[in-house]
Amino acid sequence: MGFPILSVMLLVPLVAAIACLFLEARSARVVALLATLIDFVLGVVLWANFDIGGAQWQFVEHAPLFAGFNYALGIDGIALMLIMLSVFLMPICILASWNSITRRVGEYMAAFLLMEVLMLGVFMAQDLFLFYIFFEGGLIPMYLIIGVWGGDNRIYASYKFFLYTLLGSVLMLIAMLWMANAAGTSDIPTLMQYNFPVEAQRWLWLAFFASFAVKMPMWPVHTWLPDAHVQAPTAGSVILAGVLLKLAGYGFIRFSLPMFPEASAQFMWLIFALSMVAVVYTSLVALVQHDMKKLIAYSSVAHMAIVTAALFAFNVQGLEGGMIMMLSHGLVSGALFLCVGVIYDRLHTREIDRYGGLAINMPKYSLFFLLFTMASIGLPGTSGFVAEFVSLAGVYHASSFATLVLTTGIILGAAYMLYLYRRVAFGDQKNADAAAMPDLDLREWSMLAALAAATLWMGIYPESFIAPMRSDIQTLDARLAQAAPKGDAQLKVGPPNAHAANYIAHGSESTGEAH
Amino acid sequence: MSYASSLYFTGTEIGLSLAGLVLLLVVGWTGAKSARVVTILAVSALVGAIAFTASLPVGSPADGFNSAFGGLLRMDSFAVFAKILIYLATIGCLMVTPRFFEERDGYRGEYPVLMLFGAIGMGMMVSATNLMTLYIGLELSSLSSYVFASFLRSDWRSNEAGLKYFILGALASGIILYGMSLVYGFAGTTDYAGIRAAFSTHFPLGALFGVVFVLAGLAFKIAAVPFHMWTPDVYEGSPTPVTAFFASAPKVAAIGMLVRMALVPFGGEVEAWRQIVIFASIASIVVGALGAIGQQNLKRLLAYSSINNVGFLLVGLAAATPAGASAMLTYLVIYVAMTLGSFAALLMLRDTEGQPLETFADISGLSTTRPGLAWCLLFVMFSLAGIPPLFGFWAKFVVFQAAVQAGLVPLAAIGIAASVIGAFYYLRFIKVMFFDESNREPEKSSPMGHWVVLVVSVIVISPLGYFATPWLGSVASQAAAALFAVA
Repeated sequence: MGFPILSVMLLVPLVAAIACLFLEARSARVVALLATLIDFVLGVVLWANFDIGGAQWQFVEHAPLFAGFNYALGIDGIALMLIMLSVFLMPICILASWNSITRRVGEYMAAFLLMEVLMLGVFMAQDLFLFYIFFEGGLIPMYLIIGVWGGDNRIYASYKFFLYTLLGSVLMLIAMLWMANAAGTSDIPTLMQYNFPVEAQRWLWLAFFASFAVKMPMWPVHTWLPDAHVQAPTAGSVILAGVLLKLAGYGFIRFSLPMFPEASAQFMWLIFALSMVAVVYTSLVALVQHDMKKLIAYSSVAHMAIVTAALFAFNVQGLEGGMIMMLSHGLVSGALFLCVGVIYDRLHTREIDRYGGLAINMPKYSLFFLLFTMASIGLPGTSGFVAEFVSLAGVYHASSFATLVLTTGIILGAAYMLYLYRRVAFGDQKNADAAAMPDLDLREWSMLAALAAATLWMGIYPESFIAPMRSDIQTLDARLAQAAPKGDAQLKVGPPNAHAANYIAHGSESTGEAH
Repeated sequence: MSYASSLYFTGTEIGLSLAGLVLLLVVGWTGAKSARVVTILAVSALVGAIAFTASLPVGSPADGFNSAFGGLLRMDSFAVFAKILIYLATIGCLMVTPRFFEERDGYRGEYPVLMLFGAIGMGMMVSATNLMTLYIGLELSSLSSYVFASFLRSDWRSNEAGLKYFILGALASGIILYGMSLVYGFAGTTDYAGIRAAFSTHFPLGALFGVVFVLAGLAFKIAAVPFHMWTPDVYEGSPTPVTAFFASAPKVAAIGMLVRMALVPFGGEVEAWRQIVIFASIASIVVGALGAIGQQNLKRLLAYSSINNVGFLLVGLAAATPAGASAMLTYLVIYVAMTLGSFAALLMLRDTEGQPLETFADISGLSTTRPGLAWCLLFVMFSLAGIPPLFGFWAKFVVFQAAVQAGLVPLAAIGIAASVIGAFYYLRFIKVMFFDESNREPEKSSPMGHWVVLVVSVIVISPLGYFATPWLGSVASQAAAALFAVA
């Protein structure tokens, strides 16, 4: 047992959060930034020391501190990537709130740091109930962030966020209690190998689904997300879209699929149906939004639907695609919310019509915004392309019809994102106040540049991100093989053609030789 | 069974009785001016009682040496656990009481003395192993409670609360007594073990009636639906420190008595009463949650919250397993901490003239005017709502775990889903304190005693509480095992 790096990563923001409660605004900001940066550095150390292809669970910690459940931490490649995403986004969130939050700064920073502790805890937990505690605990800081520092309709949004997700989650707790009782352990790695009776699996799967579907969010329980996003402060939206939604995807990949493979296969149609509806419906809804944040929120629902479909495609490509999609969406949607935040800080409105022609007075901003728009659409070279391509290739193995419908989401995605970009950045400078806005300052530039670099890295060389997850995804795929349904795309490898495709018959000279 | 041993095992009651009688004389001689001193002496008597109770040899659950007076009382580990909790809750209540009364009607020394007598009664309730001792303990504690409810003589709300509490309490006692007489009639004994033995051979319909009546009367005492309707009125009308007391110590005693009653004399007939408990449990959770939604008065709201909590406690009883009983004891510990914390905070909420802030409108924006207090209340409320990582979650966790282990998955699922409704009104506290603008200037400082109770409660329900789970779990299971060893 070496240095307990995972516990330290939890402890640093926790201590900083408590300190922030007692500090005045300026020092709270500095403390929060330092703590998140330390955590980021620890994350980099974690990644550097992660033994790719080594043991499935690494950095394992175990302490019998509690009755009924264990303090057990440990990560595999999947968790590692999501932890990296969280620690990468957190300093950016703190920076994004640097000037825009002026009221009760200490408490705000404390809430964010607590959020970080709980999010990281979810990805690190190796005990069912420890996971639940972290998973549910995240509601408290987010409720406060939306409710105290949110927009005009923040109270409605905060209630809706809290109660929706709580109702989703409580049934999961009962399912967990049943599982721990039946299997005699609450250890996640053990449970991932445990075969529950198929009849029970269905109920358990549904209970977990209730929680993750709300959190993801899947159509038709997605309605809390646009409200929460619109009302939350910029950094709140970034963390909500960037990491909180990923908790559900992580839940599917960590619990639903490996623990209930048969039930997952049986309910594949449900996931596919909901995903298809979500992609088309929310994309269409996004097309008609006047509020920038709402538009991006709906686009999140559409992208998350591709994640769910990909995860439940029961093949390696789907799982890898779903994971890359989550990472990519975390970066891109976070960045898009930041882009909205940048101009919101200047003009204090999210109405698309109040802007226009920003490319003229804010060229740097427009460049970044364009990059993230393109990444959201899935332009080759950006992370979005890798994510969508691999995901849809995975889904195609399972259902060509679902792929057909999901692909329309890409076209509609291009439509609403380009339409948004045209209205905001191009055209005439129809509003004098929008035309007078200054371009990015150093703080904003550095936040967006960091995200842009990550987006391009993931788009050009995704291997860095796939490599740590590869063996875990293969293990999962092997586990799923027992239940995997036959896809409708039964590709048969026929005999090779006698001639090359561009072969032209020349009568008697034809010999069929390969040239 | 020598007298020495009997006296030894009832030493707590005897000691507290003597302390109460002496203090009563002191109060009689010196009058109101000694009230504070008497309070301090009463608290120290209770501290002594805790120390003595904790030192009693409870022995292994099976041997009967800890019985007193031929099986009238039994000082097993269950009784020890419940008594210590009751005394602690009583101490907590006494610490936050004096200032409230001194500013109104004048604080009088009878109050702490009655508290001592109430504590004796409650101690008897949880350690009684005979219907007669049980009834005496119950009445001793109830009679003190009636006086407390109307202790604010000049306030008509307090008088009304006292009257309501008395009439309905008397009704409940009557129902229990009637049930007991039926049980006695069919079993031929008032001894718990004797009743169990008699019912195991023959359980006629009349005896079932007896059981139902007893349980219904006890449901009155613990304020479980459908016998809960007195709770909001009494809680609202009683002076706030008294409400704090009602919601904590007597609740522990009544639940302890109910658990012992259900699991020892009626422990062979679990199937006969389980559906009653399940109904009362779900109904309490739902009614407690729904009833609270429209409330503006904080005390009334906390009354519904206590009904709601009783519902969760009964989930553990419905399991009727050692794990279920142990879960209930764990729940009670956390519940007492949450209750004392919330009422201590309520007592600290006053405007600059010392008038209590009792409605949601009064406490809006508290987080800007009294941040420390607001954060403590935030902890308490999220804990009551059962949101992890606060310790209130653990309370719900253990009872639902017991229910699932006993195969009562539908009960657990319905109960926990209904707890989301409850979360709604706890969230309202947070919303009002943190999201709204302040419109009233609260008093800036609070007395030390209030802070001590609040801070200790908040530390218990904070995530630090989880570090106590191994210890709490083992003590609670040991206590629960004592009930099952009798069988």
